[in-house]
Amino acid sequence: MSARRLAPPAPAVPARPQVTSSTSPHEPAAAVPQGALARRDEGRLRIASLVVFVLLWQLGASLADSRTLPDPLAVLARIGAETASLALPGHLAVTLGRVAVAFAAAMLVGALVGMAMGRWRKVDAFLDAWLVLGLNIPALVTIILCYVWFGLNDWAAILAVAINKIPTVIVTVREGARAVDPRLLEVARAYRLGRRTTFLRVYLPQLVPYLTAAARSGLSLIWKIVLVVELLGRSEGVGFQLNVFFQFFDITGILAYTLVFAGVVLAAEGWVLRPLERRLGAWRA
Amino acid sequence: MLDIRIDTKRYPDRGGRPHLALSGLRMQVARGEFVCVVGPSGCGKSTLLAIVGGLDRACAGEVSMDGGAPADLGFMFQEPRLMPWMSVLDNVLLVVPDALREQARARAVELLRAMELGDVLDAYPGRLSGGMMRRVALARAFVNEPALLLMDEPFVSLDSPTANRLRAMLVAQWQRCQASVLFVTHDLREALALADRICFLSPSPGRVVLEFAVDLPRPRDPSGAQLEQLHAELLARHPELLAGLPALREEAAHD
Repeated sequence: MSARRLAPPAPAVPARPQVTSSTSPHEPAAAVPQGALARRDEGRLRIASLVVFVLLWQLGASLADSRTLPDPLAVLARIGAETASLALPGHLAVTLGRVAVAFAAAMLVGALVGMAMGRWRKVDAFLDAWLVLGLNIPALVTIILCYVWFGLNDWAAILAVAINKIPTVIVTVREGARAVDPRLLEVARAYRLGRRTTFLRVYLPQLVPYLTAAARSGLSLIWKIVLVVELLGRSEGVGFQLNVFFQFFDITGILAYTLVFAGVVLAAEGWVLRPLERRLGAWRA
Repeated sequence: MLDIRIDTKRYPDRGGRPHLALSGLRMQVARGEFVCVVGPSGCGKSTLLAIVGGLDRACAGEVSMDGGAPADLGFMFQEPRLMPWMSVLDNVLLVVPDALREQARARAVELLRAMELGDVLDAYPGRLSGGMMRRVALARAFVNEPALLLMDEPFVSLDSPTANRLRAMLVAQWQRCQASVLFVTHDLREALALADRICFLSPSPGRVVLEFAVDLPRPRDPSGAQLEQLHAELLARHPELLAGLPALREEAAHD
């Protein structure tokens, strides 16, 4: 994995957050006529796609050497064994904890700075160059520097991950803050709504699509970077474990951990982020 | 009593040259009085409302309501300006102070029912027609039973039956809660249908060039003969009235 690939992607600015790569478009399917029927077809296609994927994997495994590409059942058995020994749940919990803290910190800081930059031109002019720098520093560099400057500890790890994510959150939220409708803010002023109510009930709701977009792209970026951070400087977590497997050329272990970790992240996106987004955006339907 | 005295109001113009929007404007609105402000476009009518409403404080002059700055007010803009992510009822309740929100709920519902919006309390504004959105905005303006209501051409770009219905609703609510109303329009017929008194503004820089008391009995028929007759008389007496000629000022003094 090269540092190049880890550099945060220039975030698109979706008025309506797009669906992330791994799942086929599902959410805006409301536009499709005969909703229920179409959705059932879609569900079937999803299952079919999964079956084809597993079959291809099986086929590949039977053609290749089983050490290079173990078959799905071997990986499944490994997941079972690693779970039973509690190694996998332990490493997974540590990694997920880091993901959660880094994610929350990046969202909070990024949203605050993004709002300030979208709201005040002077702040924007002052911080813009820093932002460009932040967007373009390869993740690997931040990780190394954080470890060197702050030591090989958890906070340095989390900081490195958050720093990688913050600039993209800022860019997205800043776009939202610039798009805030001044006419609605004028309503708040005319009716003397007060700062708190204006912020929470008039201003913030206008940023929701941008915040959810930042959250989704944030999650997908963070869980990739966390593994590298762990690989480089922690002695527990999925990333660390993957490195160990790599040393021993244990592809089954690598695939087992990857599958479980990816599954957890996908579940978080599908069962937490996406329903949340749908609820907050219900008025748009 | 609302007392408006605006000595000068300038805007930095596009080229950086200041543009004088209002100058020497004096106006008073008695408690419970319905005053329409009529003037040519660009004469500073909306600016006037923004100043009275406290949205624009950068002007030389003073606006006071019973001795203090107007605070207890409702505002209706040219567009409905509803929060698209809030239901109709929540939009109305948004402007109610937090502590009073629960008590206000019943009143808001009743107000919305009076405006024939009882079926869409939980709908989002995006689903409503233009006329319905204005009615929600009207309910929002009245929910706090304000002492002062500022309206900036709120019924513009509606078809005339819809606009007439809304005007009737406005008058009914105004009569019920006895608010002072400052209603800006460029439509003389609308002003005649609504106002106790009409203040005509000059072209920019705007000031009051004529005040006219409308002595038609209520309820008024916006397309009735009486109103048409008054409209014709007024324009016959002051042919340039709607262009807001400053020459009218002297005449106004004799009226």
